[in-house]
Amino acid sequence: MGAQLRVYKRRIRSVTATKKITKAMEMIAASRVVKAQRKVAASTPYATELTRAVTAVGTGSNTKHPLTTQAETVTRSAVLLLTSDRGLAGAFNSNAIKAAEQLTARLEAEGQQVDTYIVGRRGVAHYNFRERKIADQWTGFTDEPTYADAKKVAAPLIEAIEKDTADGGVDELHIVYTEFVSMMTQQALDARLLPLSLEEVAQEKPQGEILPLYDFEPSAEDVLDALLPRYVESRIYNALLQSAASKHAATRRAMKSATDNAGELINTLSRLANAARQAEITQEISEIVGGSAALSDATAGSDK
Amino acid sequence: MAAELHVALVAADREVWSGQATLVVARTTSGDIGVMPGHQPLLGVLESGPVTIRTSEGGTVVVAVHGGFISFADNKLSLLAEVAELADEIDVQRVERELERAKAEGDAAAERRADVRLRTVSAR
Repeated sequence: MGAQLRVYKRRIRSVTATKKITKAMEMIAASRVVKAQRKVAASTPYATELTRAVTAVGTGSNTKHPLTTQAETVTRSAVLLLTSDRGLAGAFNSNAIKAAEQLTARLEAEGQQVDTYIVGRRGVAHYNFRERKIADQWTGFTDEPTYADAKKVAAPLIEAIEKDTADGGVDELHIVYTEFVSMMTQQALDARLLPLSLEEVAQEKPQGEILPLYDFEPSAEDVLDALLPRYVESRIYNALLQSAASKHAATRRAMKSATDNAGELINTLSRLANAARQAEITQEISEIVGGSAALSDATAGSDK
Repeated sequence: MAAELHVALVAADREVWSGQATLVVARTTSGDIGVMPGHQPLLGVLESGPVTIRTSEGGTVVVAVHGGFISFADNKLSLLAEVAELADEIDVQRVERELERAKAEGDAAAERRADVRLRTVSAR
């Protein structure tokens, strides 16, 4: 076999192996998207009920709470960025990181200090490589986040927002995550979690629904005290789940196009290999023909 | 209208139980509270403890609830809990082991959780 043909054969073999791997990864990601979506759906009743309860307290009483009052001048904000632990998900992580950077730039332009909190190894690596300060980081659960993970993430954030700004606390909490719109569309977006504006929450409820006058047990303040941290946790949990679902969908898409590209590459390489084989055969034939012609010419000459 | 109320018991990551009931007894921070159909709208903070639901079929469902909220309006009662387990889901032997370990390690939170589970099972 000629050298050229051997090179092509080897490349086809290696691309075929790669294609098998990406195909497997695509299928794994596809099954994980479904699982992650189911988890998002399972967490919805809790989130809905919690939102209802927060709305009820917000509209049914004039309670003031540090988590719902807007600071007059915002000096420091916290940004929570949700990325994934693993890559191979197309632009998933870079989109989220870009959204976080835009938000940070915007907040800094307003004269605020920004503390960055990161979930996921990818985001941590990105910030560490650029030697930027990370206030806190969590890794290892982005594929399948549990409620306990969300609590772990929320705890220092709630603590920071309850602290006075002068002692290193923050006035606002923003979250950057990837919203799972559909299997094909995922969108990195930022949202302000705290301080919570109760009017905004109230708008989320279905129009025309009149909330009853609740009797608070033990008191509206205590209920709000207990309710708001849970609300934040549930929002972070939801964001983590959406982020996980988006990551799997992005992986699936990236791996699908990798598989398609590998197939195309194999086709091109097979054609080139066929051409090379044909060229080799042609050359061999012409060598034989040429050789025998030369031989017969030589014998014809000696006859004379 | 028949005297029953709709109960939805949801944990953070799943819906634990839902159905019709005639009476729900839960423990709030200011004491035990029983909710029957037609109760006035209520929103309260739950203590860790067993919640008893008397279903309209006459059965009783007991659930271990670890912190959360109770809200009642329009004959719909929702119990929100971070963690909630039906009494049937609780493995008594495992919980007893957990309780012993928690006592040995002096882990008050784990001890309380195990205690709530055991009380739930015995209330069944």
